[in-house]
Amino acid sequence: MQEFDQRRQGLSGLKTMAMIRAFESRMPVLSEERLIRGSTHPSAGMEAVATGVSLALGPQDSIASNHRGHAHCLARGSDPGRTMAEILGRRDGYGGGKGGSMHIGVAELGILGTNGIVGAGIGLATGAALAAQMQGSDAVSVVYFGDGAANQGVLAEALNLAAIWKLPVLFVCENNHYAQSASIEEMIAQPDLKQRGLAYGVPSVDVDGMSLGDTFTAAAEGVERARSGSGPTLIIADTYRYLGHMAGDTEIYRNQVEVEQWQAKDPIARLVSQLLEAGVITTSDWEDIQEEASRVVQEAEEFARNSPFPDASDATQDVYSKGVPA
Amino acid sequence: MPVITYRQALNDTLRAELTRDENVFLIGEEIGQFEGSYKITAGLLDEFGPTRVRDTPIAEEGFVGAAIGAAMMGLRPVAEIMTINFSLIAMDQIVNHAAKIYGMFGGQTPVPMVIRTPGGGGQQLGATHSQNLEVWYAHVPGLKVVAPSTPADAKGLLTAAIRDDDPVIFLENLSLYNTKGEVPDGEQVTEIGKAAIAKEGTDITVIAYSRASVIAVETARKLEEEGISVEVVDLRSLRPLDRQTVCESVRKTSRAVVLEDDWLSYGVGAEISATVMEGAFDYLDAPVRRVAAAEVPLPYAKPMETAALPDAQDLTKVIREQLEATSFFR
Ligand SMILES: Cc1ncc(C[n+]2csc(CCOP(=O)(O)OP(=O)(O)O)c2C)c(N)n1
Repeated sequence: MQEFDQRRQGLSGLKTMAMIRAFESRMPVLSEERLIRGSTHPSAGMEAVATGVSLALGPQDSIASNHRGHAHCLARGSDPGRTMAEILGRRDGYGGGKGGSMHIGVAELGILGTNGIVGAGIGLATGAALAAQMQGSDAVSVVYFGDGAANQGVLAEALNLAAIWKLPVLFVCENNHYAQSASIEEMIAQPDLKQRGLAYGVPSVDVDGMSLGDTFTAAAEGVERARSGSGPTLIIADTYRYLGHMAGDTEIYRNQVEVEQWQAKDPIARLVSQLLEAGVITTSDWEDIQEEASRVVQEAEEFARNSPFPDASDATQDVYSKGVPA
Repeated sequence: MPVITYRQALNDTLRAELTRDENVFLIGEEIGQFEGSYKITAGLLDEFGPTRVRDTPIAEEGFVGAAIGAAMMGLRPVAEIMTINFSLIAMDQIVNHAAKIYGMFGGQTPVPMVIRTPGGGGQQLGATHSQNLEVWYAHVPGLKVVAPSTPADAKGLLTAAIRDDDPVIFLENLSLYNTKGEVPDGEQVTEIGKAAIAKEGTDITVIAYSRASVIAVETARKLEEEGISVEVVDLRSLRPLDRQTVCESVRKTSRAVVLEDDWLSYGVGAEISATVMEGAFDYLDAPVRRVAAAEVPLPYAKPMETAALPDAQDLTKVIREQLEATSFFR
């Protein structure tokens, strides 16, 4: 099994997480400027989950994401500029502006899509795993979903399918304690979410979602189980989103003290101090990493802002494969 | 008469019905403390408490099923599905159960419930969040489907829906929530299954519902300045469908255009065209025309979204074409 190496996964993860944080921090601003329309759900605070899981994956693997999916895509290696362009509805976006934040698909990276329908990715990843098994490849698939999505029936169905067929899939629940305004305390009577998997015979673990090392290690274990033909894993990652559910959220359902308590466990700050302590980076390295992250995001934003809007006539393109007219 | 928003009319009506009948209760995601994703249930949790304004987990199939079961036992649930797109997860409960329980069991158990849900595009929410799926439900015997276009009808039809003993899909529209109109004080019940003549006219009939009806009335007002007299039939109910009002209007004007926000194929316009063929064929001077959404998953980026949705310009163009084709301008 892959071991967490601070010099490898630690350092590369830190760069990714810093970039995702910088990227997501632009979302409220771009929404305010009305460059982003519709709804966009930033994941600042949750970087360690997507990053840790992605570091455990190989190029043959695939991921299914949800409405809060920028980090999942970026950690998987999506180009920040093209990702941002899709969020802004521009021609250079991965879907040419058809999808927006909630519908970003990147076939070449095995990104089965961010997803506007809560819970839907759970089915898709299960199917990707079925395909891998049937095609005899060693690919695994991952689905990221929230604590809110855990209440959709599809999770029960998919866990059972994956268990009976021993599918190579990782169910990664990002428990950020809220689904829109609804707290997990109000909406889930059994707070131990891994029971959901255990009930179906799926090996299930809790992990500190604010720790890159922990999410990586849990994911690597799950990936190994999946690749070796031993079936699915459910990972419950305890995490938190710093920003509102979406732009304009009044956040009446939580208080600032709670937000600050979680920010005190910040996954990036924590990783930085670990890497400093271990001598993997120096303070000036960390400054460079942050600078690089903001440069990348700035360039991505410029690229997206300068990318043209699609033409009205593009609306009717690509409804069917092989150019069948809409 | 007070002038209020469509949103306020819905909120007032829910409050009035919760007050009037203790069997009425609200159930749905984010409807309590958060007051609904579109703030339709504002203040109701405080007034009526969490038993009757019941927040649910994200579990559309589960809570719609629960509403049906509660209705079978004599309560009057009003479920809010955040948008009609998410109703697809509850489709089996609605179509196989809510719609059929009364008839299939030989008329023993009514299912007096309402599913309120907004549809519509134009907000750049992308393909999974912008659909007009009302015809899916309008197709199903056992369901009633209403789609008010004005605050007054929002009040009158919601009141009627809550008091109705059958399951009613109550279609709202994201772009109508902030629209304003006169709403009569006091009790107001609009009969389900009755269209309204939203504007009288003599030269051509435009048949529409929900947001499309608002556009049709605006277009009719504009064209009036040019001496074109457009009659607008606001269907208000898609099932039962008021075929009589549609046909009477077309018999008077001899020309018909349907404006609808859903996709063209198998849409409301197809049903209306057939209705006119059956009920007013001899009076028609030209084939019925349809103005509908482009048959694509609705794109996110504004230029494409705008192009894909029908608007006043599209309607005006087709009205003119209809009139030209039938020698109106000579
Ligand atoms: C089927 C469906 N129901 C409701 C919604 C509206 N909605 C979008 S995100 C969300 C909350 C999701 O919570 P969770 O799964 O915990 O993810 P988080 O937002 O916390 O990351 C809701 C209710 C939706 N998009 N799809």
